[in-house]
Amino acid sequence: MEKNAVWPRLAAIALLSAQLGLVQPARAQSPAPDPWPRLVTDIFGGRQIAEREGVVALEAPVRAEDAAIVPMTLRFVGPYPHKATLVIDQNPMPMAATFTLGERSGVGFISTRVRVNSYTNVHAVAETPDGALVSAVKFVKASGGCSAPAVKDQDEANANLGKMKYREFKSAEAGKREAQIMIRHPNNSGLQMDPISRAYIPAHFVEYVEVRQGDDLVFSMEGGISLSEDPNFRFSYAPNGAKTIRVEARDNTGGTFKAEWPIADAS
Amino acid sequence: MLHRIIVALFCILASAGALSAEPFALVEVAEGIFVHQGVTSMLDRQNKGGIANIGFIVGEDAVAVIDTGGSLIEGKELLVALQQKTVKPIRYVINTHAHPDHVFGNGAFVATGAVFVGHKNLPRSLAIRGPHYLSSFREAMGDALDGVTIVPPTLLVEDKMTLDLGGRPIILHAWRTSHSDCDLTVLDVKTSTLFAGDLLFLRHVPVVDGSLLGFLDVAAKLAKIEAVRAVPGHGPASAPFPKALEDQRNYLEHLTRDLRAAIKKGEGVDVAAKSAAESERKDWSLFDEYNARNATAGFAELEWETP
Repeated sequence: MEKNAVWPRLAAIALLSAQLGLVQPARAQSPAPDPWPRLVTDIFGGRQIAEREGVVALEAPVRAEDAAIVPMTLRFVGPYPHKATLVIDQNPMPMAATFTLGERSGVGFISTRVRVNSYTNVHAVAETPDGALVSAVKFVKASGGCSAPAVKDQDEANANLGKMKYREFKSAEAGKREAQIMIRHPNNSGLQMDPISRAYIPAHFVEYVEVRQGDDLVFSMEGGISLSEDPNFRFSYAPNGAKTIRVEARDNTGGTFKAEWPIADAS
Repeated sequence: MLHRIIVALFCILASAGALSAEPFALVEVAEGIFVHQGVTSMLDRQNKGGIANIGFIVGEDAVAVIDTGGSLIEGKELLVALQQKTVKPIRYVINTHAHPDHVFGNGAFVATGAVFVGHKNLPRSLAIRGPHYLSSFREAMGDALDGVTIVPPTLLVEDKMTLDLGGRPIILHAWRTSHSDCDLTVLDVKTSTLFAGDLLFLRHVPVVDGSLLGFLDVAAKLAKIEAVRAVPGHGPASAPFPKALEDQRNYLEHLTRDLRAAIKKGEGVDVAAKSAAESERKDWSLFDEYNARNATAGFAELEWETP
């Protein structure tokens, strides 16, 4: 409320001051150049990408509330894609994750969490079975305040490295199940220098996750440092009668993490 | 006519603060303890980052500065105001944690020769977050960010440490991850005054940038410290202690309760963040700026609790 009352006055001052040339305006914010054309070349080999509805839908918040944990959902519709890539255009490492969906997995959606460094477009690019690329895009405002795309508690993250958790939910989609896989990992981006040791903090992140029901692939994921710490995937899938969900993950330093859970009411 | 315009303009500029030399106010909250009260706002160009409570303690021989403000401009203003109160040397500059509104003024004190002091995790946190802050705050702060440098501490506190300002011991306490991963408090033994940093919010909605459960735990431990007043990181310059902790505890407990219920119900983080602790809105400033963020981070933390 207070803030709203101040704005008109501030705007008037800014206008008046600028007109009279009395004060130097704040350094102009040159809009960052759109990195998307370059990303299309780098990530998708310059292939044609159609921006249209009917294959993949992207759900993203209008604003990144916490820069370190921004929920994103890819929803699959229409001609069932076999691959989907999530790109945070303005991040230092834009490709957050590429999901490969099992042939008969029936994955309806995948929700995950990413880091958002600044104002950015987020692209979801799906590849249909006939090899066409289709995208959906959302603009996400950067978080304000002291939020940073960083690990909350480095020591805790290291201490719990590799722990996993599995949950099931009632699916809103007919004939499907819904589940969640959580993996404890700092997903460190690296490259910052520790001012005391003068050593660079190494990059340490989950680069591959594979989720199976029995022997059949539900989805696999190739990821990078734009995924939030403790990588988290919630998804729906078509059950094949298997009794367990199996997860295998590995990080960029060779750490491997495996777990298997019984599917609650699988008969 | 021109004269009138100039007068009118002067009034507007003076009231805006950003463009005029507004006096840098200090309150003596206890004998020899001076605090500059920040405005309850986000950092921006107009407030020059002056949103946190910062101050200093004057001993018989030397001075300890506790937090330096949200810009080099504010740090310099604090230094000038300090030198008008005392000619004693600044022996220590203590940072209560890594957030920009508390450390961006550090550069103003480098030439004083003071020793910079912080939590053992503060150098790492500044290394990881500093470059991000320097670029992300340019939009909100404009040229008020000019000259800001990241100055890490060289004297680190692992657990507890007592520093002496000459007949005036101050006890520094480094806490587990709570508001952030590097929170440090400073207790002035002589007057039983606790500089709580951002482990204490009043009026300004508490911000969780470390651990929700850790914040609740540390705040409960703070309550046992023998202090009669605290200087909160945000809010009034000083408040009766430990009563000052009550509003914050209510908010954090309410948020925790709502998030646990949402997780149990199977809600997603995006849905839960929109409704958790919503009924606290009326009691706090900057609720829209921080509550959904606290809820998002809190959800990701509490999800790991055993069901």
